[in-house]
Amino acid sequence: MADKQLACMTCEPKGLCGGRGLLTLKDGAWANNPLAIQILGICSALAVTNRLENSLVMGAALIFVCVGSNLLVSLLRKRTPHRIRMIAEVAIIATFVILFDQFLKAFYWDMSKQLGPYVGLIITNCIVMGRAEAFALQNPPILSIVDGVANGLGYAVVLAIIGFFRELLGTGEIFGYEVLSGQWYTPNQLMILAPGAFFALGIVIGIFNAVKGPEPEEKK
Amino acid sequence: MSETSAWVIFIAAIFTNNILLTNFLGMCSFIACSGQIRTSLGLGTAVTFVLTMTTILNYVIYHFVLVPLGLVHLQFIVFIAVIAAFVQLVEMFVERFSPRLYFALGIFLPLITVNCAILGASLFMIIRKYSFIQSVGFGLGAGIGWAVAIVLLAGLRQRMRYSNIPEPFQGVPIAMVVTGVLAMAFMGFAGMVSIQ
Repeated sequence: MADKQLACMTCEPKGLCGGRGLLTLKDGAWANNPLAIQILGICSALAVTNRLENSLVMGAALIFVCVGSNLLVSLLRKRTPHRIRMIAEVAIIATFVILFDQFLKAFYWDMSKQLGPYVGLIITNCIVMGRAEAFALQNPPILSIVDGVANGLGYAVVLAIIGFFRELLGTGEIFGYEVLSGQWYTPNQLMILAPGAFFALGIVIGIFNAVKGPEPEEKK
Repeated sequence: MSETSAWVIFIAAIFTNNILLTNFLGMCSFIACSGQIRTSLGLGTAVTFVLTMTTILNYVIYHFVLVPLGLVHLQFIVFIAVIAAFVQLVEMFVERFSPRLYFALGIFLPLITVNCAILGASLFMIIRKYSFIQSVGFGLGAGIGWAVAIVLLAGLRQRMRYSNIPEPFQGVPIAMVVTGVLAMAFMGFAGMVSIQ
């Protein structure tokens, strides 16, 4: 629904990046947050948030892939035949994911080990594909970059929030430094295990809904 | 290569290392399609079949094509292409030879291409260095585990329709919390068997 609204707004030509750039940014990062409002790409949001550090790296990965693929899809949007656009998008996304994965393997081997298959799984992350399909295909390159940054940022922020609370409550530490003293706080192991991820994400989405106010549910 | 028997990996992939409840794979369709038991059963069956077959296919391609040619870094792009091609092939095959099955599974097949459980299972198989037999056990177990989880949640969500849930938590958030409880229940199996 919100996407349709966005598409309408972007139809009216109003200079390239004047008012619309900011609007796109706000829309992606907050009002239409891919994770908390549109519920896209939750697999990785659950899997890597057991530590804040992992969440930040994953957020950076998504920003990079989203910006890169949005830019390339947008540049090629007039040359891509409509029927094969999906395959073209997947190939472009996979290219950027491979780039990031090789970078991690070369410079941050430990981190690459910890994230395991979840870097590769960015390919099937619906956010990246969704933005390429819904935005980059219809919009000029610069605006597409802004959109990529906005959505990547929206994803990264929510990931960081979940990662922060899970690490804090689960181990009493942030970035490996003790914050909640062991004398009066007993770390709740459940938060770093699988169920904690589900609880944390459910509560975050619930809070986002509550802050945004009631919305008529007409999906399904 | 680990020495665990394929049977142990099969059981572990269903219960202790459930691909959905401990590895969080395939969440999108899990949340979107768990409204009704019948639908989730259909999707679960389709995922189990495709997951098993693509794990086997990707095993063969990885070890007999990519490794000898030194193209291991292309694994993502190759795997996703294999999955997409396989799903397309199955769809055409089923449509031609078994229209009844096609009507039962038809809608779910295209959805499966973007299900990250499928790609995830192939990646786990590579990372954990499974042998061929182990991969078959893992693929089958992971698929069945995913199907079990989605059918369970669908059952719970059908009942939840009549309960009084705070407004901001209706829909997805409460489904997440319930999944958390489900994951907690599955942790009860944890001591049984374990794979890395």
